[in-house]
Amino acid sequence: MFDDFMVNTWIAATLVAGVAGVVGFFVVIRGASFAAHALPLSAFPGAAAANLVGVDQLIGVLAFSGFGVAGISQLGRRGRRDVATALSLVMLLGLGALFLSRTTEYFQAIYALLFGEVLGVGAQDLAPLAALSAVSIALTLALFRPLLLSSVSPELAETISVSPRVMEVLFLVVVALATAVALPVVGALLVFSLMVGPASAARTLTSRPLAGLFISAAISIVTVWASIALSFASDWPIGFFVGALSALGYLAGRTWAWVEIQGLSQFRRSR
Amino acid sequence: MLTRSEVLAVRQASVSLSGHPILKDIDFALNAGEFCGLIGANGSGKTTLLRTVLGFVMPTSGSVTMEAGGRASIGYVPQKFILDPYMPMRARDLVALGLDGNRLGVPLPSRGRRRKVDEMLEAVEATPFADQRIGSLSGGQQQRVLIAHALIRRPRLLLLDEPLANLDIRSVAGIVALLRRVSRELQTTVLLSAHDMNPLLSVMDRIVYLAHGRAATGAIDAVVRTEVLSRLYGYHIDVVRVHGRVLVVAAEGEGDAQTAIQRDPVHVAQVP
Repeated sequence: MFDDFMVNTWIAATLVAGVAGVVGFFVVIRGASFAAHALPLSAFPGAAAANLVGVDQLIGVLAFSGFGVAGISQLGRRGRRDVATALSLVMLLGLGALFLSRTTEYFQAIYALLFGEVLGVGAQDLAPLAALSAVSIALTLALFRPLLLSSVSPELAETISVSPRVMEVLFLVVVALATAVALPVVGALLVFSLMVGPASAARTLTSRPLAGLFISAAISIVTVWASIALSFASDWPIGFFVGALSALGYLAGRTWAWVEIQGLSQFRRSR
Repeated sequence: MLTRSEVLAVRQASVSLSGHPILKDIDFALNAGEFCGLIGANGSGKTTLLRTVLGFVMPTSGSVTMEAGGRASIGYVPQKFILDPYMPMRARDLVALGLDGNRLGVPLPSRGRRRKVDEMLEAVEATPFADQRIGSLSGGQQQRVLIAHALIRRPRLLLLDEPLANLDIRSVAGIVALLRRVSRELQTTVLLSAHDMNPLLSVMDRIVYLAHGRAATGAIDAVVRTEVLSRLYGYHIDVVRVHGRVLVVAAEGEGDAQTAIQRDPVHVAQVP
């Protein structure tokens, strides 16, 4: 499984996992899991549209992620964000159904968009993937403090001139970029599990914000590496392993937190 | 315009939210280092007044003038909000965000930053739980951390929205004593909202008493009086002083007093 053609897969998977882990940290602490679920699904019709008009798939994914960001942030301005997210999602998914009905793509290509095609990464795919990954991670690290503060309390952020509205839009842009990186590799349905699972495990393992972000990326990368290896060995789909390992990581994190709290309360009692 | 000793002047300010008038002709000024209680029942407009001072809400008429520096020299402790118990953030991280939470880039270890945070944690007596998760702290401990977050930039004016609500009696006394002490040490003017004025009687230099969107302001003894508050409420109330406490009591069946009593039993209590 370390043949030449697999090298691309390992590189691409590592990039995707790193981005998902870093961005996922903020998805989890902002309680934005639904947006992180909806954006990849909204971007999926973009890939179908790109195939239809004959442009690069990445362009379609980026464009539709952008529509998703605009929809969620504009509709969410006055009202509940979950409703805005759901409305944007169904509008774009509806378009997806239309595009897919017009396209001549066969089932396999659609399946890959939904569940990923990690073993099919070509050398020509790596450069744009690396560039987008670098931009998403750089943006997340640049916005680290304002994003963190506005996640704790929008009012505290506003007091020191950090606009919670601007932070929300920038955060969605980062999620959209991460989506564009990850969607062709792990698929629209699994981007989400890679963003939420490792990050929610990480936040139980440390009480330091920056450490949490890096631990999240590390867990995500290990999850993807293990999934590729297991998928290669078993011939089961990689998506299954990504989903299962993310969920296991989360459970392990919760168990760890529980043990820690139990230990702490016993320590307090004994004093 | 501000006189030399004034930090904040609110002049004839009226505020409407989505077309509904909330505050009418509010007029008061705070001097440097003063401790002012913003007292009123729930829904009387306390939060709106604080948000107007912060510049989050614009007055529809009148003016709010801040000493040079504007919002940058205001610290704010918002009304109690729920902190996620799993949030990976220690008390010291939140205090540090008060210092540089608006800067770009990840926080790099710096001795100066660390020292400022440690000093602030010490000033609010939060050192023992500085490394605990904020979500795991008690209500009183969280208030101390939020006060440190607001004070670390050494603001000239500190606004606090109901910092004493939902705290046990001991924590209330602790937070009041802390605020009095830091406001003296740092020469910070404090404007604090509360629905019950009693824990603040010994520390307030000035009171802004809100009812029905209007305010009576001045020294406590000048404001908390039967005739002044009766005029403010628009019906007869009695100010009763008993066991060192002040009770604002409405006559039975008077105006909307009955609702006020039910809504806010501490602020408007009935005497048998």
